[in-house]
Amino acid sequence: MSVVGTRGGTAVLRRAPVAVEPGTLVRGAVVVGLLAIVIFALPSLVGSDWITTFTSVAIYSVVALGFGILYGRVGMISLGQVALLSIGCWIGARMSYATSIPFPILLVVDGAITCVIGVLVGLPSLRLSGLYLALITLMFAGATTVVLSVIDFPNGGHGFKGRLGAGQLATSTPPVRRPSIAHGDTAYYRYVVVVVAILFVVALLHVSTKPGRAWAAIRESEPAALAAGVNITLYKMWAFALASFVTGVAGCLLAAELGVPRAITFQTQDSLTLAATALIGGIFSLWGAIVAGVFNQLLPFIFQAQWSIDTNFLLIIFGAGLLQVLLTAPGGLAEQFPKDMKNLGKLLWRLGRRVTQR
Amino acid sequence: MIEVEGLTVRFGGVTPIDGMSVTFPGGTCGLIGPNGAGKTTFFNVLSGFVRPVAGTIRAFGDDLLKMGDFRRARWGLRRTFQTEQAIEHLSVFDNVAMVHEHSRGHGVSKTQAVADALEFVGLDLSPKTKVGGLGARERRLIEVARAIVGKPRVVLLDEPAAGLPDEETAHMGRVIQRIPEHFGALVVLVDHDMSLVSACCQTTAVLDFGKLIASGPTAEVLRDEHVMRAYLGTEEEL
Repeated sequence: MSVVGTRGGTAVLRRAPVAVEPGTLVRGAVVVGLLAIVIFALPSLVGSDWITTFTSVAIYSVVALGFGILYGRVGMISLGQVALLSIGCWIGARMSYATSIPFPILLVVDGAITCVIGVLVGLPSLRLSGLYLALITLMFAGATTVVLSVIDFPNGGHGFKGRLGAGQLATSTPPVRRPSIAHGDTAYYRYVVVVVAILFVVALLHVSTKPGRAWAAIRESEPAALAAGVNITLYKMWAFALASFVTGVAGCLLAAELGVPRAITFQTQDSLTLAATALIGGIFSLWGAIVAGVFNQLLPFIFQAQWSIDTNFLLIIFGAGLLQVLLTAPGGLAEQFPKDMKNLGKLLWRLGRRVTQR
Repeated sequence: MIEVEGLTVRFGGVTPIDGMSVTFPGGTCGLIGPNGAGKTTFFNVLSGFVRPVAGTIRAFGDDLLKMGDFRRARWGLRRTFQTEQAIEHLSVFDNVAMVHEHSRGHGVSKTQAVADALEFVGLDLSPKTKVGGLGARERRLIEVARAIVGKPRVVLLDEPAAGLPDEETAHMGRVIQRIPEHFGALVVLVDHDMSLVSACCQTTAVLDFGKLIASGPTAEVLRDEHVMRAYLGTEEEL
C-alpha cells in the first residue's frame, strides 16, 4: 500500500500509450498478495486472542496514517490523533445505541462528524506550527481524556443520551453492534482489514495526486507554495479533514471491536506513543503507518500476554527506537528496512561468490 | 506591462522601498541594485507577502494589490526565489505539474504542458526522477520550468543563476531571453551578474536604498553615473 499509483500518468510524457511501469505492477502484486495472506491465511494460523490484536493493529495503523498525512505530507504535528480516535469511538458507540442505520453508513457518518471536529481542532495550524501546534493538539487530547472520564464514556444506555447508573454500567451495557455479516471475531477482523485497505487507498489517491503535491509544496516552503498558487488554508484544512475522517472511521471500527469501549482505553499519553511509533514506522510512506500499527498494538500484546513483561517497558524501547530513527533514518523503518535488506542481499551474494570462487 | 506608482514599504523604522515609481514595458526587464536595495522586497510585494503602506501596482491593467496572494499565481504571476525552492520529495514531473494545477485556464493537458516546460528549459531527464538527488543546475532549471509552465503573464526571476558556473549561466540566459516571445509573458530579472542582465534585458531599472535611481535601455543605464556610484560607492562615502 505504498505509492503504487502511476504518478499522475507520467508514462504519457514520452507520448507512449498509457503504459503501467513494471515496478508499479510488482508493487501492486505484492500488496494484493499480502492482503490475501492477511485476510485469508492469518486467521487460521493464529489463535483468537491474536485475531483481536490484529484487528487493533489494523485500526491503529489508520490512526498512524492520519498522523503521517499531517506530519509527513504537510509538516503539521498533531498530537491529538488518539483523542480523535476516542471521539470517533464515542460517536460510533452512541450512534450504534441510538439508531439502527447499517454499519457501513455508520462508519461514513462517524467519519464525517469526526472530520468536522478534526478540522476545528486543526484551525490553529493556520497560525501556529511546530512546537506550538503540537502543544495545542496535545492539550486537546488531554481535554478529551478529562471529558471522557467525567461523563463515564460512553455510558451505554439507550438512545443518544441514555445513561445507566454507576453500578449497572459494567454488567448491563449492551455491546456496540457489529456489521450483520461479521459478528464473530475472525469475520470482524476480515471486515476491518477490508475497510482499512479502502482507507489506505483513499489516502494513496490523495497523496499521489493534486492534494499530495500541494501538501508537499506547503511542507517544503509556505511562501513558495503561495507563489505557486496553492490555497494554503484550504489544503491544510483538507489534510486535517482527511486525517480526521479516517481516524473517525477507525474509531467506529474500534467501538464495535471492543463492544464496550471505556474511557480507560484512551490515555492522553497514547497520542504521544502513537506519534513515536508513527515516526519509527516512517511518516513519508504509507507502509510506515502499518509498521506503526504493529508496534503500537502487537508489541504490547506480545509483551503482556505472551512474555508477561510490563508494557511500560515498551515506552523505553519506543524512546530508543525514536532516537535511533531521528538520528540515522529519518524515513523510518519503512524506508530503512528495504535498504537494509538490499545491503544484506548484496553482502550475501558477495559472500556466496567468494565461496564458489574458492 | 507593469506600472508601479509611489510604492512605499515600511518595516518598523526601516523603509526598504521608498516612493518607487517605475514602468516595466514588456519583454525582459532587469532590476538591479546593490545588496539591500529593495529588489527582493519589491518581488515580495508583487507576490503579496508584503503589504505596502502606499502606492499602486497595475499589471496588464489589473490592480495587483487587490488580489489575494495565492490568486496572483492563478492570474499568471510566477516567481522564483533566491534560494531555490524545488520540492525535494517530489519527482520532476510533480514539481512542475503542481504549479500548473493551481494556475489559470489551460488549453493543453497537464502532462503536455509539463513536457513542454521541461523541453523549453532544456532539461532532458526522466520526469520521474526525484528532485532530492539532483544538482544545482537541474534544480534551477526546474524552478524556471515551474515559473513558466502553462500560461504565465508575469515571471519574476530572483537571481535564477546564483551559484551556477559561467557556462550554465549562459544557458540560463538563453532560456530567459526566449520566455517573452514564447509565452508572451513579461519577465523581471533580478541579478548581480551584469553580463546576464545585459544579455537578457532590453530595459533595466536600478534601485538603491529603496529608491529608483535610473531606468531605461540597459546599455544606457549601466553607463549611468548614478548607477556606477551606487555600485562602486563615492569617495565621500568611503
